Amino acid sequence: MSKKAKKNPHDKRRLTRRTLREWGFGYLFILPWIVGVCIFFLYAMVQSLRFSFSRVELSNGVILHPLENGLFENFVKVFTTDVNFPTTLANFGVGLVLQLPVILAFSLIIALLLNSKIRCRSLFRMIFFLPVIIATGPVMSRLTAQGVSSVPMVSQNALLGILSDLPEFIYTPINNLFSSLIMILWNSGIQILIFLAGLQKVPRTLYEAAKIDGASGWESFWKITLPTVRPLILLNAIYTVVTLATGGANEIIELIYNATYTATQGYSYAMAMSWIYTLVVSVILVIVFLLFREKSDKHVRYEQKRSAVKAAAGR
Amino acid sequence: MKFNKDAAALERRREKLRRVMLGSAEKRGLLGSSVVYLLLIVISFIFLYPVLYMISRSLMSRNDLLDSSAMWIPSSITLHNYESAILTMDYWMSLLKNLYLAAVPTLAQVFVCSMVGYGFARYNFPFKKAWMGILILAFLLPSQTTALPNYLVFQNLRMIDGTIKPFLITAVLGQGFKSTLCILIFYNFHRQVPQSLIEAAEIDGAGHLKAYFRIAIPLAGAAIVVVTLFSFVWYWNETYLVRNYLGYGATRATGLTTLMLELNAFEDSYANAYTTWASSVTSSDRINDAIRMAGTVLAIAPLMILYFVLQKQFVESVDKAGITGE
Repeated sequence: MSKKAKKNPHDKRRLTRRTLREWGFGYLFILPWIVGVCIFFLYAMVQSLRFSFSRVELSNGVILHPLENGLFENFVKVFTTDVNFPTTLANFGVGLVLQLPVILAFSLIIALLLNSKIRCRSLFRMIFFLPVIIATGPVMSRLTAQGVSSVPMVSQNALLGILSDLPEFIYTPINNLFSSLIMILWNSGIQILIFLAGLQKVPRTLYEAAKIDGASGWESFWKITLPTVRPLILLNAIYTVVTLATGGANEIIELIYNATYTATQGYSYAMAMSWIYTLVVSVILVIVFLLFREKSDKHVRYEQKRSAVKAAAGR
Repeated sequence: MKFNKDAAALERRREKLRRVMLGSAEKRGLLGSSVVYLLLIVISFIFLYPVLYMISRSLMSRNDLLDSSAMWIPSSITLHNYESAILTMDYWMSLLKNLYLAAVPTLAQVFVCSMVGYGFARYNFPFKKAWMGILILAFLLPSQTTALPNYLVFQNLRMIDGTIKPFLITAVLGQGFKSTLCILIFYNFHRQVPQSLIEAAEIDGAGHLKAYFRIAIPLAGAAIVVVTLFSFVWYWNETYLVRNYLGYGATRATGLTTLMLELNAFEDSYANAYTTWASSVTSSDRINDAIRMAGTVLAIAPLMILYFVLQKQFVESVDKAGITGE
């Protein structure tokens, strides 16, 4: 299009006007969001950063004072004076790393079961998706308090007895994992559906062809099924981390909320907490992305680099 | 001779049994099927166990709670717990308030997010990549860092007064609960609509806005259903941001409330209500697990009903929203 425009200056002017109209309408459509994101995301981020690096005084509005004991005073305070936050954060991080593979493996297995030829598929789908609708923070904490969050038949004591020699920051998350296994599995409703949708797109003829060539079910799983759902594993992993980090029964969020309105802690303290939390979540997200991204990307990038080098050498 | 014939028949029978149990190349056998069904049923039970427990507990009388033999089936079904829970949560009024608080922002959110998603999908404009980057960042990062500054913005505007204003304003500006995810769903959806269809309409003289309202929106019906349902569920279930926007220590007496907030404050409300009724009830009416569970059932009941009525739309949503990519 641009090549054509260069040939004919008259065309170019018309195209430019049209392009400008495109730009204008593009911005018109996203305008509400731009206003919103500037106020409620970008400005809010800057504000919370400023809070976390200063002392907040509340008197007829918010007044920020510079910190006396070093720039990172609030952050240091979070780790030195707070009893709960560091341990809760460590438990959250290790717990997330433990829960993620459990949720991913479980939802893939369920999706595979649902994808086989069975009756009442929609009934089962309905049951597995139900928690997405009802699993909220208050409901989950009620159920955990009642002790119905763990699988009743499984005796965990033997296993946990063996593990009790482990250091506490590893033992506690494992213990949590077992004692609230149902609540963790309740987080897999969307993931099951995403996997299932991906599995249903694999043509059946592919499996039949593999079978004729003598591939076992096991082999076709590794060679056909897994490569097809691979991009969905990344999607599900990120989705799982985001949902676990932002919603449900998350103790850290509660700690931050309470700190905000506690006289001895206050706004800047809570914001320092939330930035530490954001940092931890971001690091986990980056790790998850690097772990689950498609390896072929690396190959493509390598090829691109090589061709770029070749081109440069040729010139 | 007869022996041979018998042996052949036996062999045939055994072969048939083997085929039925273990299956053949075309069909999975009975054994494989039953393993699949057994697994599905066991896991279904595990999934439903907390819900079943909740319902069965909520119907138990005080004596059944103490009686370990009545672990599952109440010896007599009582609705007394529900009566107490309804009084404690001021259920019907809270339900109405919650419906209002969830439905109105949902409508605003769906409308705005559809527009923004369309804008990103249909048009090219400078800094589009940068805005998309911010969009994805807003989706990934936990909202705790922005919650307090946002609260202060509304407080400066004197809008933290237990009304719907902060919810509506954030929804209209594409910053409602999980708005970012809604925008991404619409973006994905509108991108799959053939560009030529919209361009054809524009050549035929339809303006940009007309092309959006007349062609893009009708084509996005499935995405609109998905986003509406989920937005409603998210608005219904959110507690952290709701508490933030209604104000710290807000009560149902001073303004809006949600059933989840009422569930959070259940013990306190019950204690308050208990002292109010104290003249008419005996001391045995102190709070117990059955009443708590009745409150929990009541809090999730509206969404359960919605889910059972519209379960097809919910379950097929993931397919239709095109999250998995084509």
